[in-house]
Amino acid sequence: MSQESLIFDLGRSGRYARAQAPAEHADLADIPAEFRRKQRAVMPEVSELQVVRHYTRLSQKNFSIDTNFYPLGSCTMKYNPRACNSLAMLPGFLDRHPHAPDSTGQGFLGCLYNLQEMLAEVTGMKTVSLAPMAGAQGEFAGVAMIRAYHDARGDDGRTEIIVPDAAHGTNPATAVMCGYKVREIPTAADGDVDMAALQEAVGPQTAGIMLTNPSTVGVFERRIQEIATLVHEAGGLLYYDGANLNAILGKVRPGDMGFDVIHINLHKTFSTPHGGGGPGAGAIGVGERLLPHTPIPQVGEDNGQYYWRTEKDIPQTIGRLSAFGGNAGVLLRAYVYARMLGREGMTRVAEYSTLNANYLMTRLKAEGFQVWLPERRASHEFIISLKGEAKELGVTAGDFAKRLLDLGYHAPTAYFPLLVPECLLIEPTETETVDDLDGFVQAMVTIREEARHDKEFVKGAPYNMPVRRLDEVKAAKELDLKWQGEAS
Amino acid sequence: MSNVPSDLKYASSHEWVRQDDDGTVTVGISDHAQDALGDLVFVETPEIDRTVEAGEAVAVVESVKAASDVYAPVSGTVIDANAQLQDAPELVNTDAYGEGWIMRIKLDDPDALEELMDADAYEQLITEEDDG
Repeated sequence: MSQESLIFDLGRSGRYARAQAPAEHADLADIPAEFRRKQRAVMPEVSELQVVRHYTRLSQKNFSIDTNFYPLGSCTMKYNPRACNSLAMLPGFLDRHPHAPDSTGQGFLGCLYNLQEMLAEVTGMKTVSLAPMAGAQGEFAGVAMIRAYHDARGDDGRTEIIVPDAAHGTNPATAVMCGYKVREIPTAADGDVDMAALQEAVGPQTAGIMLTNPSTVGVFERRIQEIATLVHEAGGLLYYDGANLNAILGKVRPGDMGFDVIHINLHKTFSTPHGGGGPGAGAIGVGERLLPHTPIPQVGEDNGQYYWRTEKDIPQTIGRLSAFGGNAGVLLRAYVYARMLGREGMTRVAEYSTLNANYLMTRLKAEGFQVWLPERRASHEFIISLKGEAKELGVTAGDFAKRLLDLGYHAPTAYFPLLVPECLLIEPTETETVDDLDGFVQAMVTIREEARHDKEFVKGAPYNMPVRRLDEVKAAKELDLKWQGEAS
Repeated sequence: MSNVPSDLKYASSHEWVRQDDDGTVTVGISDHAQDALGDLVFVETPEIDRTVEAGEAVAVVESVKAASDVYAPVSGTVIDANAQLQDAPELVNTDAYGEGWIMRIKLDDPDALEELMDADAYEQLITEEDDG
């Protein structure tokens, strides 16, 4: 595959696409002079066909769930059913103005209200707000609510949030953004939280704990109720990071485990488009203790009429997290997905995602790959460590990841969680067939064979991608995303 | 095999500590740690005059693979930080025990060094981690 030129480099002076040109010159008379451009904007001068070809070629370079197996651990890259997209694109949704009165948007508001209700039920929480527009914003909302809870009680000595060392990087970042100190606790050898370390960390300074369950090492935290009791007795609250909700959907509920607040990545578990930075949706589930601090806007229902709840309805809310109704298009897709699955379908999501992960784990283990925590049942994802391959063959997890791209597989999450050396975190999701899983195992075996014969060949991968091995150090240190063409 | 100089002390979180003559210590991350992280692209050093407790996260090392906290191996006050690392984080990779030093700390309690590992104990720790 050849490298695609920038669209600016394809242009030549005087070319343009007549069909897209404005019908007549716009009247600028009512734009004050100081806001008008002094110089003409630099625009690519290209024909319509050049534009079509350029963007079609770029789209063909996309590595996506629609083209390839995408076992990116902790990201739940599952199939996004087409029906979710086509129903969310109905004109009644698309053409609705965000400032239109509630009375003219009852269908739209009803969908969101019912989505809130379904999410609250499947997670065991009291209520749900759909306002946060990304997982990280949902996390922020959760910890901000924990802070609001302690503040409202005048309990201002609570300065720490406890975070296990296997946590997603966003967890400590969220705690710090909310003004807390992070207290890290280790993971025990069996993959669960180290209870002795937790006991030592919990105290009157504890505002809360942030946990992902199943955890990022791919196993279910078995002592979760013990943890909940310990933290609650010390006056702290429990935050559930919904990154791995796929594994337990319809099977066990975070609310029943004792969590006070959870965020749900609708773009993962509820199958809305995901990757390339969004748009995401980080709905937040709220337990009894935090109800007064629920973020707005939220959809309420009164005598069969749906309406936006605001500060008037929730005076102690942590505040408005989106100008309008969250990422409405994403929320509608999640609603359709949930309705299509139904209650039983949600349970099947958990069953098949777990089955696929355990199948893949067992097959890789049988081929001699080192599974992290082999004595534990995997949740919807698992870890292999390529430490042995790195030592004996000189080929690292990063090299395997690059070579997988050549063989038609998106690389699993590499070098995360940090506590497992040379690791790949593999999440096949429930939507892959057994043939695709077998194909991935074969690719891993092939790469190991290649490494045995010619290590440098694997270290030079990828060969079939639009670009070869990138200079990651240079990319991180000299990030430069600005096009510096000649101004005309 | 990693380089583990015998004249230094080590923390289990992979920092090294060199005792200077004036009641201060110089701190960096071990050769084993820099090797595990891979090429560093950013180092955040602590503010000077900051009081730190042993075990507290005080600096960050970021590589192409991961960002990791660096913990204060001893309690005390930060009296200096390696400003060179701002433009040249790779010094930690190329010279972990020399030009890649991260900070200097004035000890609260000179005996605190006794709590740390010697080179033999640290070498054993990283061997165990390698085999684990």
